[in-house]
Amino acid sequence: MSRQPGEPADRERGGGFPDPPTKPRRKRVVLADSRAPVTVLRTVVELEEQTSYGEELVSQLIRTQLRTAVRLWVITVLLLAAMPALFFYVPDLAEVTFAGVGLPWLLIGLVPFPLLFGMAYWYNSRAERQEQDFVAMVEK
Amino acid sequence: MDARIWALAGISLVTVATFYLGYRSSRTASTTQDFLVARRTVRSRRNAAAVSGEYLSAASFLGVAGLVLKDGADALWYPVGFTAGYLALMLFVAAPLRRSGAYTLPDFCEARLGSRALRGLAAAFVVFIGILYVVPQLQAAGLAVSNILPIPTWVGSLVVTVVVIVNVFGGGMRAITLVQAFQYWLKLFAIAAPTLVLCMLFIGGGGLRGGHVTGLSEPLPPVFTEHTTLRIETPVLLEVEDTVNLVANGVVDGDKVSGSAYWTPLGSPYEVDVGTELHFYEGSAVPVVVGAPITNDLWLAPSTSGSDLVTTYSLMLALFLGTMGLPHVLVRFYTNPDGRAARRTTLHVLMLLGLFYLFPILLGALSRLYVPELLVTGSTDAAVLKLPTRIAPGLLGEILGAVLTAGAFAAFLSTSSGLVVSVSGVLSTDVLRGRVRDFRFATAIAGGAPLALAIVLRPSDISLSVGMSFALAASTFCPVLLLGVWWRKLTWVGAAVGMVVGGGLVLASLVLNTISDFTGRWAPAILGQPALITVPIAFLTVIVVSKATPARMPADLAQIRLRMHAPDGLGFVRDRAVARFGTPEERARMTDGRHRR
Repeated sequence: MSRQPGEPADRERGGGFPDPPTKPRRKRVVLADSRAPVTVLRTVVELEEQTSYGEELVSQLIRTQLRTAVRLWVITVLLLAAMPALFFYVPDLAEVTFAGVGLPWLLIGLVPFPLLFGMAYWYNSRAERQEQDFVAMVEK
Repeated sequence: MDARIWALAGISLVTVATFYLGYRSSRTASTTQDFLVARRTVRSRRNAAAVSGEYLSAASFLGVAGLVLKDGADALWYPVGFTAGYLALMLFVAAPLRRSGAYTLPDFCEARLGSRALRGLAAAFVVFIGILYVVPQLQAAGLAVSNILPIPTWVGSLVVTVVVIVNVFGGGMRAITLVQAFQYWLKLFAIAAPTLVLCMLFIGGGGLRGGHVTGLSEPLPPVFTEHTTLRIETPVLLEVEDTVNLVANGVVDGDKVSGSAYWTPLGSPYEVDVGTELHFYEGSAVPVVVGAPITNDLWLAPSTSGSDLVTTYSLMLALFLGTMGLPHVLVRFYTNPDGRAARRTTLHVLMLLGLFYLFPILLGALSRLYVPELLVTGSTDAAVLKLPTRIAPGLLGEILGAVLTAGAFAAFLSTSSGLVVSVSGVLSTDVLRGRVRDFRFATAIAGGAPLALAIVLRPSDISLSVGMSFALAASTFCPVLLLGVWWRKLTWVGAAVGMVVGGGLVLASLVLNTISDFTGRWAPAILGQPALITVPIAFLTVIVVSKATPARMPADLAQIRLRMHAPDGLGFVRDRAVARFGTPEERARMTDGRHRR
């Protein structure tokens, strides 16, 4: 059951009784709720109709999303792309071993996988938060 | 029992299971929505398993280990790049692409840029990349089958093609989602279990001291672990680090030889012709194909030559940006219910792939110790299949080998199915008239054409030709996708010219490289992996041409941008109708199918 905007919540609470109570219940009648509904429509309509305000909102959202994505991508690529150069200019590093496994094999064959997953996890939570913020802002 | 029977049993089991799952779920797959986008209701975990199942191809299952065996530390960038591509996909493309509501890559191009001509061009590239990617799968299937049975390689290719076509005929995307998710777990088991057992045997057997092998960090070449007779199937140039005694029958350096020979570092490289038989003694050093590291310490460390460094960066660029342009990967993202689920799917995929790729790397390192003779013939892709019986002779090795063969077969089946589905989806809606019958006809084409190519073309290293299709995807679809999602001023003219220029350059280098392979390998290394040059050129072309044609920006640009980027909760997403698929009667007949996950 979807609730109309502005509909008082206590209507739902009484809904489950099989028989209506004999005495009519007292109800609070709310004519206008200043908190939410009207603006919801207004901002969404602005977005839909692409008023200059709506377009500005969308562009701002796109910029935030792009900035987050680019930042994470640059960090990841710099970390990964540094490795071939590192072993090229400091070949001695290739001889370092940990527990019998050479540093190149650890750094190229093992470390990138958790690194990539970690970056993705970070991005996922940031992107979802940004979207929630946007929805909250639009529905304010 | 014979190793062949075990392996055949494994392959049959995989094929039957694939058939059964496809059949069971395809009984309810009948509408267009089922065939192309699985009604957009696949949940993110199952979808992630399906994406990974589809993605882990012959290149991942056999090719990575083979390249590690040959090139050592430099080859590690293949699995890393195969995985990192998904991070780029997630950061820049996944959610907006799903929200655009498109159902194929050409459809996205049309939705975003409003041009039928561009749609046609994109369709052509999807078909081309798809076929280029299926060919090595089929060739690898031939390799796997001829490894266990004395039959020509085309039989294996044919078997895979037939299974895939029949399965796709049945249920298209709907059936394939379940099959692919199953295939991922099957492949993970099929590579993880044998790897762990082999590693335990290796360590339990005293590690390096157990057998007559060269330690991986020693400045010596690998040695033959037993008397070995090799027949050269493709002409090779071999190098030796130390003098090697051998018996050669055939043609070496253009002269006919028969009887014992004495190869020295000074005489290297030796050119060995097709049909030559080489017999090596136990404990003698293994000659290596020219270009690969000869001694184990060189193999263990990343290459210190400048041209290899450039090739590595070029490869990284192709793999990082190419994944988002692969048609069979993207097609899975349209099956998510919304943009948020598309992002979560990618997150799961990164975990599943990272888990998988640890094992082929381990197998590659082990095979350097136990099957170094593959370095002579150059068919290093067979390493995974040959390793088990070498480490564990007897029943255990045969069973492990059978499990690995079955897993490899699952890899060929799943990747080719995914590609055939996406290629035939595009063919049937963009080239043919889009009835269910057309989809089936398109499937036959999408399976038949690569089969013909796989039989005609000479098999080279599996991952290398896969690297080429990544370069092609990165130079055609990647600029269009990235700029299409994030840049307002992209026009269809810019996108079309960029795709033609980027794709044309990659194709040119592919052709030049093939010619040079037949006429004495004169091509520079960059032609083997041209992404470092072609991708920036493609991006530049798209940007410059788009700026020059600002009048061609689509009229409903703001609407599309809002749809692609607004959070799912606001409800701006409109799925594009998959209307041109299925006639009205067909649709009426088929709507009673129950939905099955």
